[in-house]
Amino acid sequence: MHISSDIGIWIAALGTIAIFSFLYRENPVFRFAEHLLVGVSAGYYLVQYAHSGLIKKFWYPLTAGGNYWLVFGALLGAMMFLKLNRKTRGWGNIPVAFYVATGAGYLIPSVMKSMVLLQVGGTIRNPFAAGNSAGDAITTIVIFVGVICTLVYFYFSARRTGVVKHVSRVGMLFLLAGFGATFGYTVMGRITLLIGRFQFLLRDWLGVGI
Amino acid sequence: MSRTAAIIIAFVLGLFMMIQFFIPHPAVTGIYNTLLDIKQIVLGCAFILGVLSLIRFHAGRIRQKQAGGWYSSAALLGLAVMVVMALVWGTEDGPYRWMFNNVQAPMQATMFSLLAFFVASAAYRAFRVRNLDASVLLAVGVVVMLGRVTLGTLLSWDIGGQTLSLAGASEWILHSVNVAAKRGILIGVGLGMIATALRIIIGLERTYLGRD
Repeated sequence: MHISSDIGIWIAALGTIAIFSFLYRENPVFRFAEHLLVGVSAGYYLVQYAHSGLIKKFWYPLTAGGNYWLVFGALLGAMMFLKLNRKTRGWGNIPVAFYVATGAGYLIPSVMKSMVLLQVGGTIRNPFAAGNSAGDAITTIVIFVGVICTLVYFYFSARRTGVVKHVSRVGMLFLLAGFGATFGYTVMGRITLLIGRFQFLLRDWLGVGI
Repeated sequence: MSRTAAIIIAFVLGLFMMIQFFIPHPAVTGIYNTLLDIKQIVLGCAFILGVLSLIRFHAGRIRQKQAGGWYSSAALLGLAVMVVMALVWGTEDGPYRWMFNNVQAPMQATMFSLLAFFVASAAYRAFRVRNLDASVLLAVGVVVMLGRVTLGTLLSWDIGGQTLSLAGASEWILHSVNVAAKRGILIGVGLGMIATALRIIIGLERTYLGRD
């Protein structure tokens, strides 16, 4: 056992233990660590966003590239701060409208392509195409049936009777299986993180050879 | 007045961003790229506004000497230290990066790893087998979890010359049943997003403008 003499490792270890102390119950040490994390994270992302938005996308192209259209961007960005005053709050909505509308306009064709057309294309495939094994064929059929049944489950404009009832029931079972798989996958991801934190405490901080 | 202006801007820009996708002309692409850059600038300012709001909230708690106000001092101190370090020593190396590596990253990872415990207790409640639905959820969840660890690879059977393992079953579930369910949801979400985006552009959806 060889305890680390690195101040950074010590700070990280104490922070880790402070957060883990929540497992016992909420306590002042955890609340301090929680608030410190909020502050440090806000500071980190503030610097990152301000740097990428105001320096990389505004200052450099304006001074080096002479793109004066970006001055409108700076004005719009400055209008955002009008939201701080109750009287001028309404004008602060102009940059919000700009941001939301450009996002919405961009989203329509890109979402139609990536989340609808490509997904439909990936679902309707020939299971018996050349080169497909029996396993591939079964997987293709399962995906096709599963997507159709799931979509029928979310189709609320028809009464749940007869065929629709049975198909939507199968759709619900597919959804439950999907949620179970996502749950299992997420749990394992969190456990991997947990193992990583314990490895850090035991190996990097305390120097236990594991 | 400001509300009307915002709705007109939303209509014009939303329409432009939508139709530019179908007009591959250099002039249109140039305007499109400039609008994306302006979007980044607005996002940077929005983030500063958010942080100002955070500072106002915590400073208010300290000023009013509320219970636990000193925790707010920790938040403000952390924020100030990160900003000052970035301004003085830069963002690529130095104390700013050191703070990220030794304070933010480990604490954030620990915060997320805490969820493993809470997810386990939630799983106990959710997975209690009461009917077929819960059984499906439980069975698939267990197979996927076991399939991700070494035990899942060891648990394998020879059936008709084919090796069937829990790890293989887990992979198959993730790439077939899970894909089918996710794809069904994704198509629905995509259509919903398009409908909402259209409502924003034509001015039917105005909740993003607030109530005033």
